[in-house]
Amino acid sequence: MDLLLRRVIIRTVDDGQRFVELIPRLRRYARALAGDRARADDLVQDTLERAWNKFHLWRPGSDLRAWLFTVMHNVHVNQVRASRDHASLDDEGAEMAVAPVQGAGLEIRDLERALAQLPAEQREVLLLVALEDLSYAEVASTLGIPIGTVMSRLSRAREKLRGMMYGIPASTKLQVVK
Amino acid sequence: MTDAARDPVTEPDLIAYVDGQLAESRRAEVEGWLDTRPEEAERIAAYKRQNEELRALFNPVIDEPVPARLRRVFRRAARWRAYAIAAGFMVLGLAVGGLLGWQLHAYRAPIAGAGMGIAKNAAVAHATYSPEVRHPVEVNADQEPHLVAWLSKRLGTNVRAPKLEANGFNLVGGRLLPGDAKPAGGPSPVAQLMYQTQGGRRLTLYVRTEATANRETAFRYALEGNVGVFYWIDRNVGYALSSADLNREELLGVANSVYKQLNP
Repeated sequence: MDLLLRRVIIRTVDDGQRFVELIPRLRRYARALAGDRARADDLVQDTLERAWNKFHLWRPGSDLRAWLFTVMHNVHVNQVRASRDHASLDDEGAEMAVAPVQGAGLEIRDLERALAQLPAEQREVLLLVALEDLSYAEVASTLGIPIGTVMSRLSRAREKLRGMMYGIPASTKLQVVK
Repeated sequence: MTDAARDPVTEPDLIAYVDGQLAESRRAEVEGWLDTRPEEAERIAAYKRQNEELRALFNPVIDEPVPARLRRVFRRAARWRAYAIAAGFMVLGLAVGGLLGWQLHAYRAPIAGAGMGIAKNAAVAHATYSPEVRHPVEVNADQEPHLVAWLSKRLGTNVRAPKLEANGFNLVGGRLLPGDAKPAGGPSPVAQLMYQTQGGRRLTLYVRTEATANRETAFRYALEGNVGVFYWIDRNVGYALSSADLNREELLGVANSVYKQLNP
């Protein structure tokens, strides 16, 4: 009993340390998701605060990183809804018509710009898979959507990016699995 | 055979192929399928390039120094969380009447100066009297009511002799000792209660009055020579439990009993 409180405090510090270790990963994802650096770090900050306050909801033994992405997703959805300055979150919603970006050597800048043109929900799925190496099942549980939706968003995100990057119009014959 | 039957590769297969999430067994089939479809192969190659380019674009963020404000968020939050947990324990401790409260004493910030010297004085008194065979105490346990009344009167506070039979210790008796002179002047006697086991292991409880300003301190442990001492101050009374025969954990167990009995 003497050590109980001490253990709790040490565990708290350990938990905190695990959060701190994940900050660089969260920042990478947030940068890709939110675009500019300041907004991305705001997103990370809000995510950390919220995650810390809701930490009792995390299931010990499950992947803390995936859980933090869930929290970030919720924070981001709220921010996007609040600001309304991003692409619609509605799956079927407005997908901005963007002139294809062309030109070799500019591809990296262009990719960033093209990424920003994707609907947020497609961008999320693409980044969780391509950048964070989550499995489709993990993405589905992280975002709370069916795995078929993960696949279809991924498929659409990629085709749209390809269209923007290489001037290829998005295929209308894609087999989209819901 | 229809084309569909020979051609079961679906868009999810292709997507999973891009991400390396396709089952090994299926990969060769998808690759064979792509070999005969240059347009699709080009599309899939473009998707793979996207993955590589996304990583190339954003991986450098990992190596950026984490802004101070993000680390600060955590530290602030961690402190509050620790406080909240500690506060929760305090409430719980109060609720169970000192059972857990005991633990909290150990973490309460010590008040400067409080309890200073008590461990050393108690250890010296313990070392002086506990080896005594014939005269370990002035008043024997068979006169416990008298002993307690006498010590209470001389100390000017209610002295009680905790029952430690459950810990294997019986009261031997007690004695009055000279203490440090109080700032206000005049003597400040100290009480020493001695206990021992059937096997002759001894411990003493040293009780003295403290300046009321001291209130309560952390529950602390000190090793004075070979005498281990747990000591604490509760309101205006200082306690020190000493023994050379018990290890720290055993002494803690007894101290726990003493504390619970003195703070029912």
